[in-house]
Amino acid sequence: MNALERHRKLTAIWASEPGWRGWFSTVNHTDLGRMFLVTAFFFFIIGGLLAMLIRAQLATPQSAFAGPEIYNQIFTMHGTIMMFLFAIPTFEGLAIYLLPKLLGTRDLAFPRLTAYGFWCYVFGGTMLLVAMVLGIAPDGGWFMYPPLSGPLYSPGINTDFWLIGITFVEISAIAAAVEITVSILKYRAPGMSLDKMPIFAWYALITALMILTGFPPLILGSILLEVERAFGLPFFQAELGGDSLLWQHLFWLFGHPEVYIIFLPAAGVISTVLPVMCRTTLLGYGWIVAAAVSLAFLSFGLWVHHMFTTGIPHMGLAFFSAASTLVAVPTGVQIFAWIGTIWKGRPELRLPMLHILGFFATFVIGGLTGVMVAVVPFDWQAHDTAFITAHLHYVLFGGFVFPIFAGVYYWLPHFTGRRRFFHLGELAFALVFIGFHVTFLAMHWVGLLGQRRRIPTYAPEDGWTAINLISSVGSFVLAIGIGMILIDVILHALTAARGRRNPWRAGTLEWAMITPPPAYNLASLPHVTSREPLTQEPDLAVRLARGEGYLATPRHGWRETLTVDVASGRPDMHVLYPTNTLLPIIMSAVTGVFFLSLLLKFYWTVPLAVAGVAYLAWRWVWVLGRKEDLDALPMGHGITLLNAAMTDHSPGWWGTVFLLTANATFFGSLLFGFAFLWTVAPGWPPPAWFVASPVELGFGILGAALGCFAIGHAIVVNRRNGSPLPGLVLTLAGALAVAVACAAMMARTPSPEAHAYGATLFVLGSYGLFHAVLGALMASFLIARVLQGFTSPMRRAEFTIVGLWVGYLSVVGTLVLLAGHLPGLAS
Amino acid sequence: MLASAALIFGLVMVLLVLAFRRRKGPGDEPQQVRIWIIGLGLVFPMSVLAALLVYGLAIGERLLPREGDDVARVGAEGRRWVWTFSYEDAPGRTTQDILHIPAGRPVDVAITTADVIHSFWVPRLAGKLDAIPGRVNTLRIEADAPGTYAGVSAEFSGAGYDRFTFSVTAHDAAGWDAFLKGDTE
Repeated sequence: MNALERHRKLTAIWASEPGWRGWFSTVNHTDLGRMFLVTAFFFFIIGGLLAMLIRAQLATPQSAFAGPEIYNQIFTMHGTIMMFLFAIPTFEGLAIYLLPKLLGTRDLAFPRLTAYGFWCYVFGGTMLLVAMVLGIAPDGGWFMYPPLSGPLYSPGINTDFWLIGITFVEISAIAAAVEITVSILKYRAPGMSLDKMPIFAWYALITALMILTGFPPLILGSILLEVERAFGLPFFQAELGGDSLLWQHLFWLFGHPEVYIIFLPAAGVISTVLPVMCRTTLLGYGWIVAAAVSLAFLSFGLWVHHMFTTGIPHMGLAFFSAASTLVAVPTGVQIFAWIGTIWKGRPELRLPMLHILGFFATFVIGGLTGVMVAVVPFDWQAHDTAFITAHLHYVLFGGFVFPIFAGVYYWLPHFTGRRRFFHLGELAFALVFIGFHVTFLAMHWVGLLGQRRRIPTYAPEDGWTAINLISSVGSFVLAIGIGMILIDVILHALTAARGRRNPWRAGTLEWAMITPPPAYNLASLPHVTSREPLTQEPDLAVRLARGEGYLATPRHGWRETLTVDVASGRPDMHVLYPTNTLLPIIMSAVTGVFFLSLLLKFYWTVPLAVAGVAYLAWRWVWVLGRKEDLDALPMGHGITLLNAAMTDHSPGWWGTVFLLTANATFFGSLLFGFAFLWTVAPGWPPPAWFVASPVELGFGILGAALGCFAIGHAIVVNRRNGSPLPGLVLTLAGALAVAVACAAMMARTPSPEAHAYGATLFVLGSYGLFHAVLGALMASFLIARVLQGFTSPMRRAEFTIVGLWVGYLSVVGTLVLLAGHLPGLAS
Repeated sequence: MLASAALIFGLVMVLLVLAFRRRKGPGDEPQQVRIWIIGLGLVFPMSVLAALLVYGLAIGERLLPREGDDVARVGAEGRRWVWTFSYEDAPGRTTQDILHIPAGRPVDVAITTADVIHSFWVPRLAGKLDAIPGRVNTLRIEADAPGTYAGVSAEFSGAGYDRFTFSVTAHDAAGWDAFLKGDTE
């Protein structure tokens, strides 16, 4: 088979469906990565237009351009869109597009999940846009502090759009994070051990793990606040045992890591692009990975620095002040490693490099003002002034937008296969750089003069007029610059001439393919022996196209790839991917019906939507798998591998591990909230305590233990060629017992509307109940699979996945019941 | 703080510019790691930050409310969009949007709110402190000289936020006595 034949055969297997239908049914990471990026930049434009409206309003004193009601919506939506609908999805899009190519494989771990996440993002974002068009957009600030965002002071639907829309979008963040984590750990070219991984993959891995542990507190906070608004359960109302500070803790537990979730991928882009621009290799690869990891850990210890003015004891402040300044150290390591890289090589001032220099100038200032506000007495003055607005824009624009522009221009020839022709980008960069610094240097200044954030207008006698006007003029220069970048990119995509392969002479694998990339990425998978395979073997692309790598021969119309051992990169499983399907978009639409019903308070459609999602999820897993065992298959180069369905730790098992990590963080945040309210909130003790029942508690814990033991038994018996059915039936019974105990606890909880104690217990009970029902569904699913002949002693992957879920159920079910009953039993 | 920040920024920029002018960086790779990563990346920021942290904490400690004989105590309750001030030395006396204090004496302001979160901020007298539902936070302020000081609420509170301002009037000893007796309005 020659290269062209191989290309045709692989394309037939991997391509999305022709015509408009292909947009909706594609599960290919190249398509979805592009769709993510285009959508994210669409939201970037909307968010940018809102920023222009803000600057138009503030350009002159006593502006009559927008009243406070509209202005509050504008700045709330600007922050929300830029954070949730631009920055995070841009990372997701870039990672989804690039990772399989960088790692030398054919697709991400869970292609349908990629598509599901994308459509959740589109639908959730659309909800927020619709709210904005109708003039009922959220108006409580992107941080949504209760009680201002609570039912009493924001009775309209505005806040609900935020809470529900953003939670919907978060699904896509969690989905992408699970996907990215498993893909990086398992889906790499043979031989690519962890220390040979491209640096971007390290950054993406750390970012994804941070999303898994950083987003759940926000999701929990949003759910609690929405439940308070919709059903009157008082989590944040001080007079009913709640505490508005609980929201601030949950929000910033997410919100601070979020800053690094945004910065780290951009740092990954810099670490990838910068060495290529300097014709050298990255200085201190290991140091940079270590710095990024420590940044991730530190960032979870800083959230309180957003709360320096809430009256927290000074020693507490000292701890968080120290942590906040400490975070500058790993950042410093990265900055100086990059500068050292430039010194090591021969830097060339090409367009991506210009944006990287823009990053240095901007981000270093942002970091230095960040250190200033980490000093507590300074923050007491600067907090909630325009100085902070300016600081965070230096960090986010400098630390994200400039590097992303560098990345866009760097990978543009890869996205399109074309060569830049109109050199509009250099002028655009100059405008963006000058416009940005004029806008936000002025804003630092006016903040130090005392201008608060979020005020719709000010008086001429405040003396801020000239500075604000300068800032606004700068912002319009900036907007023109970004507009020119956009035009440059569109002109490039539509008109430029075909470019040659690997125009930057980079060493990473994404350039070892024709551009624009084919649907299958690599005609055969390389064997990786260095961090820069293309530098080592410049003709690698041709050799892979000729089929000299692994999996060179398409067979049975399968979309296949292989996975590797996490640390060593030794091949360990053969994987068959699902093909194009409408299931993801349908499932996210039904998920959307669920959220929309909550939003519009059409509660009768909620159970329908839940049943719909459950049915589709059942189908989702049902359509995979086969009724006969597969032999170990040859992968090329003398390697044979077993299919993933015939292993204990299949990709699904890995995905479950990381989804449960996020889930456990969610549950941990819930327990934290319970303990926080109990010990810190004013308005305790509650009027009535939950009456403990040893019978209910014992029944539930026994059920949890039974489920855990029975699924373990089923796994072992199945492997030994026995019937797993008795074990599975007992698993089902155990899960149902936990469900009954949790439901009983919810039913007997002392009036959840009257006090935060009852409200929190009720939520804990629902969490246990939800997982018990989920466990029961999974046990039933497995029983159905066994009866239909989809499992065998060999085809056993599904057992261990259900095992993880049931094990998790046992732990959280027991903890939920103990949290409810134990205080009563103890007293 | 501004000067040292400017200095550090200048250093980074100079290093960047020099990178483009030089032919080749110093030494081999391990030596470069020592210079760039260990020297400039680890040791340099750690020493600067340690100094800054100690300095910040020392100032912070000094700003904290301490017990003393001559501390005057007042209360501040935020409500959208008016501040109500009360006075320990004149029970029952309240003022709206104007806080009266004695000049030259430390004053403890007990800050709370009747509705959403606000923040009490008189830039020339002290940093800001939040008014949180269900809690009372105490802020120490002190005016060196009699006069009027502008104050604002510095936590977003909805549609009337921009107009949510107040002022502090600091009296000399005689003026403060007169205020407490109810002679001034």
